[in-house]
Amino acid sequence: MAGTSAPSTEFTGSVSVDPSRRARFAEFWYYFSENRGAVIGFWFFVFLVLVAIFAPLIAPHAPNAQYRDAVLVPPFWQEGGRVSYLLGTDPVGRDILSRLIYGTRYSLFIGVIVTTIALVGGIFIGVIAGYFRGWVDIVIMRLMDIILAFPSLLLALVLVAVLGPGLTNAMIAIALVFQPHFVRLTRAAVMSEKSRDYVVGAKVAGAGHLRLMFRTILPNCMAPLIVQATLSFSNAILDAAALGFLGMGAQPPTPEWGTMLAEAREFILRAWWVVTLPGLAILITVLAINLMGDGLRDALDPKLKRS
Amino acid sequence: MKFKTSFAAALLAATMMSGAASAKTFVYCSEASPEGFDPGLYTGGNTFDAAAHTVYNRLLEFKKGTTETEPGLAESYEVSDDGLQYTFKLRPGVKFQTTEFFTPTRELNADDVIFSYERMWKADNPWNKYVEGASWEYFAGMGFPDLLASIEKVDDMTVKFTLKRKEAPFLANVAMPFASILSKEYADKLQADGKMNQMNQMPLGTGPFAFVAYQQDAVIRYKANPDYWGGKQKIDDLVFAITTDASVRYQKLKAGECHLMPYPNAADVEAMKADPNLKIAEQEGLNVAYLAFNTTQPPFDKVEVRKALSMAINKQAIVDGVFQGFATPAKNPIPPTMWSYNDAVEDDKYDPEAAKAALEAAGVKDLSMKIWAMPVARPYMLNARRAAELMQSDLDKIGVKAEIVSYEWAEYLDKSRAKDRDGAVILGWTGDNGDPDNFLDTLLGCDAVGGNNRAMWCDKEFDDLVTKAKEASDQAERTKLYEEAQVVFKKQAPWVTIDHSLSIVPMRKNVEGFVQSPLGDFAFDGVDIVE
Amino acid sequence: MFRFLLGRIAVLIPTFIGVSIIAFSFIRMLPGDPVALLSGERVMSAERHAEISHQLGFDRPIVIQYLDYLWGVLRGDFGTSISTKSPVLDQFFQLFPATLELSLCAIIFAVVIGIPAGVFAAIKRGSFFDQLTMGTALIGFSMPIFWWGLLLIILFSGVLQWTPVSGRISLMYFFPNVTGFMLIDSLISGEPGAFKSAVSHLILPTIVLGTIPLAVIARQTRSAMLEVLSEDYVRTARAKGLSTLRVVGVHALRNAMIPVITTIGLQVGVMLAGAILTETIFSWPGIGKWMVDSVFRRDYPVIQGGLLIIAGLIMLVNLIVDLLYGLVNPRIRH
Repeated sequence: MAGTSAPSTEFTGSVSVDPSRRARFAEFWYYFSENRGAVIGFWFFVFLVLVAIFAPLIAPHAPNAQYRDAVLVPPFWQEGGRVSYLLGTDPVGRDILSRLIYGTRYSLFIGVIVTTIALVGGIFIGVIAGYFRGWVDIVIMRLMDIILAFPSLLLALVLVAVLGPGLTNAMIAIALVFQPHFVRLTRAAVMSEKSRDYVVGAKVAGAGHLRLMFRTILPNCMAPLIVQATLSFSNAILDAAALGFLGMGAQPPTPEWGTMLAEAREFILRAWWVVTLPGLAILITVLAINLMGDGLRDALDPKLKRS
Repeated sequence: MKFKTSFAAALLAATMMSGAASAKTFVYCSEASPEGFDPGLYTGGNTFDAAAHTVYNRLLEFKKGTTETEPGLAESYEVSDDGLQYTFKLRPGVKFQTTEFFTPTRELNADDVIFSYERMWKADNPWNKYVEGASWEYFAGMGFPDLLASIEKVDDMTVKFTLKRKEAPFLANVAMPFASILSKEYADKLQADGKMNQMNQMPLGTGPFAFVAYQQDAVIRYKANPDYWGGKQKIDDLVFAITTDASVRYQKLKAGECHLMPYPNAADVEAMKADPNLKIAEQEGLNVAYLAFNTTQPPFDKVEVRKALSMAINKQAIVDGVFQGFATPAKNPIPPTMWSYNDAVEDDKYDPEAAKAALEAAGVKDLSMKIWAMPVARPYMLNARRAAELMQSDLDKIGVKAEIVSYEWAEYLDKSRAKDRDGAVILGWTGDNGDPDNFLDTLLGCDAVGGNNRAMWCDKEFDDLVTKAKEASDQAERTKLYEEAQVVFKKQAPWVTIDHSLSIVPMRKNVEGFVQSPLGDFAFDGVDIVE
Repeated sequence: MFRFLLGRIAVLIPTFIGVSIIAFSFIRMLPGDPVALLSGERVMSAERHAEISHQLGFDRPIVIQYLDYLWGVLRGDFGTSISTKSPVLDQFFQLFPATLELSLCAIIFAVVIGIPAGVFAAIKRGSFFDQLTMGTALIGFSMPIFWWGLLLIILFSGVLQWTPVSGRISLMYFFPNVTGFMLIDSLISGEPGAFKSAVSHLILPTIVLGTIPLAVIARQTRSAMLEVLSEDYVRTARAKGLSTLRVVGVHALRNAMIPVITTIGLQVGVMLAGAILTETIFSWPGIGKWMVDSVFRRDYPVIQGGLLIIAGLIMLVNLIVDLLYGLVNPRIRH
């Protein structure tokens, strides 16, 4: 029950402006829930959000508390494991489970922030480019081409090196690298919508540029953007973890998963759990979001919907 | 006699070459690519291992496994009574390597020695800037430009160095990798051909191994030099397989893809010891890691405060957590393997209660401070952040709030030199030449404030002792002065001495004759593989 | 066609200049002093510092430095590495074949498995095979590949000892570098076992680097096939009683390949980004690892030159993909 209301608040702001929003949502949910994987992904995502919110209540230990008498304890089912450290401890005796739980916060936070920056910035720039065309459009699109000419991770890596290693800078760099995709999508959508009757009608009725751009045209271009946003969400988590792995992302002792993995890499042969578990956490989280993204695409993309 | 043995060696080599199966190839999984092959240009240990200790020799060499010098290309030397003139007599009959890219026509003589030094020293030497951005870091770093007055050829086999002042560590410096002796004949040929760059790509010297080929970031190949003045090596081919990741190096060692590797993960050492195919050599490294207070900033200008903090830090926990036990807690600023190490000095014992009381007695309350953690791993400090986290939690126990800060490496080095720096810095040092001067004066002398003296500590008593020791030529006298200096250091506690790391070298069981160098070099002359 | 080509190139030139400005100015913004880094923990005197800065040209006005640099680039001079003191372009050409070989193998791996998997999944839509393939593809798509590489090393090289740990070929083999491609060079050398060794070294990196492209291609092929299969002419062909194999092989596949080819072209950038991680994990001497090392070494000229060369390369590949696409699909040209 709660599940049906959660996505409605999530999507009303974007998808539905017209009065038939209930019907549209019902239709959306129908197609979404047809995809079993998407529903599993969705519920798992909800679970992650809850874990992140209630981390202090769930986690058995503080994420940075060092238990000097319990260094590199294996998970409880292995010989030498202890029940008080379910998934074992790391080289300075911190509880892995607690760090993974707190790590959820960072990963979701990274996803939300990066996607928001890239989405908002991308929409803004894209709408301007698509609406005004002319030299504004040319300059903007050339700039985007420049960003796209670099492999994204390489560009993010150098950007972080410029800005200084750290989570904030990693997020800024990744958002910047993701930006052009949103700009391109928005611009294309705006251009195709611009000549439609309802836009022309609004224009004739005397609507100003701003109103036309953001109130009239934009809401009708949201579907591909939402799909792209979920994709960015999962890619942001992956890229931030990769930067962490290369030592350029979140800095220790932050329990960010990629950084945990990088910090523990020297123990790969001796203590499998310190390396394997953070990676697994990344994989599962990204997988859940991608599953959800697939469902969203099926539900929102009219072309694939009925195939 | 010499000729005979080398001829026999050549013959032996020839017979070995004919049967490829019997050729012994030794593979070293090195940790990083060499920067180049001219050892004067660089400071990285990888470069020295790949060029200086294979292809080249020096006038004097460090005796294997020690920091004492022994004759190398110089058979003998004399020091004048005023300590300013060093006359080196060159070893006769030393041949340069014959390779596919160069065939020497003459043996080593004084011209080669003078050329090797002058290329680093004289700005008007055509070789001084033969690669773009050439700079002779170690030559400058060891103070040679200010120290040398002249280098003269007395005769074909005799070279005289004249110094501007007395400098006891000079002989040790001459044995350092940067002072390798190149072939002037080869250099002239390259210069005539307009291919000077090749000196840095295809080195040619007098050393035990001759360069064959380098594939960037992957493999370096050498062949044993059949004409080597010290006799041909037991192995026929030497290969450096560049493998940057320590876990991967271990895997390769385990799989028999290489015979020896440097810098294992401390975490893997136990498993290595248990592996019947491997063995491990251990030695205390010639290094120290420290936490340097800024002794000019209150409250760290008070000895009592420094002492109290020193007592609060559990060094053993750092040794365990960062090095998995493969290090020793440090009490002196020089490592125990170094001569003049004062074992009588007593360390500040780890005692949080006493530390807390001492801090209160010094009238310091609610102290909060910064701890600077290096962003890179060094042999003396594998993981400064982890060490800083451990210190942070130790200090928390005596009510001191510590904040960990870090910067990019070059910035870190630079900012930590600032005299008004806020916070205590984790840093360390690896000895260059085995002389205590290279630690005590370089890191703690008054001249080094604003430079290598990260504690900004200028203590007259200490400084007088080390300056006197630098000029004295009698070893016993120097030892006494350095021992005294260590006592003063401990009393004043400008640093919390953290650790001296162990250098651990895992190798295949069938490797014989490898001798660990206290200076951290990896040299493979004398190494053999037995079946 | 020619007009189309000219138009594309006209767009590329300002982009390339923009790329060069970005690459150049990034480097100037990097914190940390590359000159000071030369001496490490040891201190460099102020005079020496100034002298070396002057030598490297860091003391001139920034605009002059840029124009100088651009002029050099046009003549094929991308500067000289600070740490190794050898020309950036030379280093690139030495390392690029390794990256190219690995990337090509990864693409082939992805295509050879991805396309048939996608086709069958589409034909048997909704079947267990379809679900399994698409589930696996989604996992592959979600994979943090640095972790994936570590896991494969532990399993196949560590525990099972089936594959070598790292490098491009066993060190037993030593032969001249003719093409730079280990697979070809090892064949030319004629040394017994060399080729096998080169192949065994390539397996794990290929899998790791190919995982994401494989997933993308399989998914893309499936949806392209589904779309084509639902079109009238395919239905008609099926109704006429043509065998599924014939329908798929002759009609559907060819049309479904157009978007798939574009996807493959787009994977080049993804590949180079993936190469950064893959090469770091497998100690693969290619340009990805070269860039990462240079970032950590603050080797300005290398980062700058490398960024520029790599971006130029991607732009070139995109141009080629565009042209191919134009050839395959004439509608695009106008």
